Amino acid sequence: MFAEFLQFLFSGITLGATYALVGLGFSIIYNASHVINFAQGEFVMLGGMGTVFFLGLGLPMPIAILAAIALTTLFGFGLEKLAIAPARGASVVTLIIITIGASIVMRGLAQVFWGKEFHAVPAFSGDEPINIAGATILPQSLWVLGVTVLLVFALRYFFDKTMMGKAIIATSLNRDAALLMGINVKLVLFISFGLSAALGAIAGILVAPITLTNFEAGIMLGLKGFCAAILGGLGNGMGAVAGGMIVGIAEAMGAGYWVSEYKDAVAFILILLVLFFKPSGLFGKTGTERV
Amino acid sequence: MLKIQNLTSHYGRIQALHGVDLEVNEGELVALVGGNGAGKTTLLRTISGLQDASGGSVSFEGNDITDMVANKRVGLDIAQVPEGRQVFTALSVEDNIRLGAFIQKDKARIATDLEKMYARFPILKEKRNQAAGTLSGGQQQMLAMARALMSRPRLLLLDEPSMGLSPVLVMEIFAIIEELKEQGVTIFLVEQNATAALRVADRGYVMETGKITLTGSGENLLNDETVKAAYLGI
Repeated sequence: MFAEFLQFLFSGITLGATYALVGLGFSIIYNASHVINFAQGEFVMLGGMGTVFFLGLGLPMPIAILAAIALTTLFGFGLEKLAIAPARGASVVTLIIITIGASIVMRGLAQVFWGKEFHAVPAFSGDEPINIAGATILPQSLWVLGVTVLLVFALRYFFDKTMMGKAIIATSLNRDAALLMGINVKLVLFISFGLSAALGAIAGILVAPITLTNFEAGIMLGLKGFCAAILGGLGNGMGAVAGGMIVGIAEAMGAGYWVSEYKDAVAFILILLVLFFKPSGLFGKTGTERV
Repeated sequence: MLKIQNLTSHYGRIQALHGVDLEVNEGELVALVGGNGAGKTTLLRTISGLQDASGGSVSFEGNDITDMVANKRVGLDIAQVPEGRQVFTALSVEDNIRLGAFIQKDKARIATDLEKMYARFPILKEKRNQAAGTLSGGQQQMLAMARALMSRPRLLLLDEPSMGLSPVLVMEIFAIIEELKEQGVTIFLVEQNATAALRVADRGYVMETGKITLTGSGENLLNDETVKAAYLGI
């Protein structure tokens, strides 16, 4: 009984960590530009599929992973430079639609170049499950969790302690005032897209050995990450992490104790509930400001 | 130091500045007064680069900066205290001040300047770890000033520093402005509080519907009948 629960919990936090990383990607771009980047899921796909591609070229695993992250980051920079920056001054809704278009293009390119088949990335350190109190956990799950924790702390450090991180926050809070400080807000936007793409790629690479990947793998992962970001309050980094965990665990519990066919519905039911009862998200600010 | 010639600016199809000519010399305190919607803030935003000019020119120390992007102008030692403070509400008071020295790489200089700001505005030191959004209006104005001063500006643009403040705080702000002038900072002050502004100013300009309509020494403008009637409420 308890072992079963633990089993669902393990798979929940593994999924949750992935959603958290995707959600963080949404938050970073949202903070810098108020744009919800619907190509975030495609960054996740590019990470996984890129790794498959570079492994296929005969590159060793670590190099293939770095190359896939670099490739995805380039796509992030490219999305900003070629699609978002030229539309400067357009409404946020227009920019969001541009990201939807970009996601379709990326998916299409992946399909043309890499085909429709599912691909597996080998696990980083074996497939031998580890037994904990009657439940098992894959070594890859530990990779997912460990890297997520590391990245969350690294991002916290970046935004709390470095001037560049604070400049990104300042830009999101008040673009004009940021310009007056000498902050290059165009560069901030550029960096944010690159950073989000890299995060997405890492999530995609980490999860690819567990879930397999293909050109469409980003759609669901992107939407779940979006749920995580909304659930935690858009733009709230730690909220996105908590949101990701909640979505992941709820999904695993739903699949385990309810019907596994509806596991994808769990995330969307959660997001509907949050939007009905607390639209600013569980940890979102309600926007009280002193004038 | 700052020379503006025949400057025009538009918001879409609406023209906000109709050919403004204005000059600020080194070491001067120049005030720009005028009613609501006269274009004062637009002029200041065009000088700092937040608003695009549609014609004419802005030059600083002989160099045309009309088309220079806003974030580069800080490097020329131009700083602006924007209308309505515009502090970074969710960041701490200290982070706000430090961002004022964003382009400054010399850490020792930043540290000394930070201490100077805390000495000048003790209330900011007391609240250094609070979010800037929790400060009162007057404290936010002090913060916006401190933030701008961190770049050690040679030209300081002040937009309505007294807006929404109590009379005591207004006096305090103006005392700081005079002190800065004595330290050799060139100041261009935009104010609706015409009396206070013209009293401290070397020279003044009066602006109406996007045009400069009157100019003279601060004293002369204070005694000018039309100015008195229109802006001083005498």
